[in-house]
Amino acid sequence: MDHQFQLPGSYKKWTYGLIGAGVIALLYGFIMFHPFAHAGHGENVNSTRFWAVLLQNSVFFLLVVNAAMFFICVTTMAMGGWVVAFRRVSEAISSVVPILGVITFVILMAIVFGDRTDIYHWLDKEAVANDHILNGKKGFLNPMFFSIWSFITIFLWWFLGKKMRSMSLESDKQGTMDYETGKKWIWNNTVWASLYSIVFTLTVASTIPWLWLMSIDAHWYSTMYSWYTFASTFVSGVSLIALYVIYLKNRGQLEYVTEEHLHDLGKFMFAFSIFWTYLWFSQYMLIWYSNQPEETKYFVERIGTATKAGPYKGIFFFNLIINFLCPLLILMKKGTKRNWTMVTVMAVLIIFGHWVDFFQMVMPGTLHEHYSLGFYEFGIGALFVGLIMWGTGRYLSKHSLLARNHPFLKESMIHHT
Amino acid sequence: MAGGIKKFVVGSFDDEKVLFPAVKNVRKAGYKIHDVYTPFPVHGLDHAMGIRETSLHTAGFIYAITGTTTALTFMSWVFTKDWPLNIGGKPNFALPAWIPITFELTVLFSAVGMVLTFCYLCNLAPFVKKHHFHPRATDDLFVMVIECTDKTNDAEVQSFLQTAGAQEINVQEAETGWWIGRYHKEQKLYKEEKGY
Repeated sequence: MDHQFQLPGSYKKWTYGLIGAGVIALLYGFIMFHPFAHAGHGENVNSTRFWAVLLQNSVFFLLVVNAAMFFICVTTMAMGGWVVAFRRVSEAISSVVPILGVITFVILMAIVFGDRTDIYHWLDKEAVANDHILNGKKGFLNPMFFSIWSFITIFLWWFLGKKMRSMSLESDKQGTMDYETGKKWIWNNTVWASLYSIVFTLTVASTIPWLWLMSIDAHWYSTMYSWYTFASTFVSGVSLIALYVIYLKNRGQLEYVTEEHLHDLGKFMFAFSIFWTYLWFSQYMLIWYSNQPEETKYFVERIGTATKAGPYKGIFFFNLIINFLCPLLILMKKGTKRNWTMVTVMAVLIIFGHWVDFFQMVMPGTLHEHYSLGFYEFGIGALFVGLIMWGTGRYLSKHSLLARNHPFLKESMIHHT
Repeated sequence: MAGGIKKFVVGSFDDEKVLFPAVKNVRKAGYKIHDVYTPFPVHGLDHAMGIRETSLHTAGFIYAITGTTTALTFMSWVFTKDWPLNIGGKPNFALPAWIPITFELTVLFSAVGMVLTFCYLCNLAPFVKKHHFHPRATDDLFVMVIECTDKTNDAEVQSFLQTAGAQEINVQEAETGWWIGRYHKEQKLYKEEKGY
């Protein structure tokens, strides 16, 4: 029980391979795309592409790893004991938050203080002054508020997540808890998990998607956008946890994880895919129904009108197929949710699908019809995947894979769906 | 009544820990367990009894797609063929507007269908009186009912249950079926279990 998991060579090879490919893509972009060229809207398409892709990937992967901590916090608050057998896996994934947080913050600051008006239209002071709508949003969409709130947000994610992880790691040293100690420990966990969740509500579930993503289409707004973003990243986060659980199980680790745990993770993937679709559809249907020009603009940029197809039509509906139809039909059966191979396939599909979802959230407002999906886009994606693998692997190889003194461990061992 | 009267040996247990090995031993000895009545759902009991996986969810899926098709075909027939109306300048085939109704009908069909199927599988219907093998099965006892054939020696079964740890043992004759026919719970023989 006390042996330490060692990262296999193939894992390290993949990690450094992906980071290497990503760094090459980044350097390629840096040299070829003139990232600091003039940022007028549509003037320097390549320069816009450089920043838009970085924005899409950094925000997506940061929110995905952050969702792993949210997963721990909600299950803690709900007294969900079943996750304890693989709780360290979610902790390991969430330990990447500070790394990606710093990277995302640097990218956001470079965009905001580099006056990238091609990314965020509201940075254009002249346009804001002459625009009634943008002028009205000035109190919220301005560089000062944007950077301070982003900083506070990332700091709190890091700080509260760190607290949750350190409480779990400290319990390893203490030895088995008696009733009173265990009760107190659970209570402390619940308090910190609640604090994290309040911050999560104020950030991921509301302000952060407005600031980082929705403000790309500065005129447009949707009250469902933040929940949509949350659902997208949460289902990807759970899929990532499932992938790691399956990987470690394949390596002969996580002895107490059984098909029952996999089944419940599969249920999460299934349920939140449906939840994502619910928000996708609600957002679409209300805008389609009321048919107000300032609202339909968002979808016209993507799928076009009845007479002229938009540049993102294919991606938009492909997105719906892999994020809704596939999980719905494939994960519906109990057998697939309990099948290690099928869950692996679905988890990869879901993560990729929501990466594409973020692509179509960022690109239409920045690159319009000039988008491309090539070496640079996938290279930057690989960079962030590599970074997540690196950070997660570091945590997994440093700490015990089993939170062995967690009071709910037995509940997790005998878990039965 | 189509079922007919049958003879049963009824044993009551007051502990899950005794019940599980008893179920195993009874099946091992080759007796047919009619059913085990418990005050609350007991995890893993269905596996221990060797009852096959229910196909209620497959029925639910079929009801659901029936609902989906009903909603979509009916609405598209009404709005495009039978009575086309211009509603807010939307196309007659206004798919997004129909999705909520399609969803509701899907849920309605599967829910109602599954409830009725469940009642059928459990032989439940209004005015159908079911035989209770032990009133405390709804309170605090686990009641195991073993079906006897003409070859079964019920005294032997009773003593078997005694050694298996049953608290109260008796023999009852009861009507098992109802008006449409009987749903035989398929059970795997103990011999077919893994690791026999």
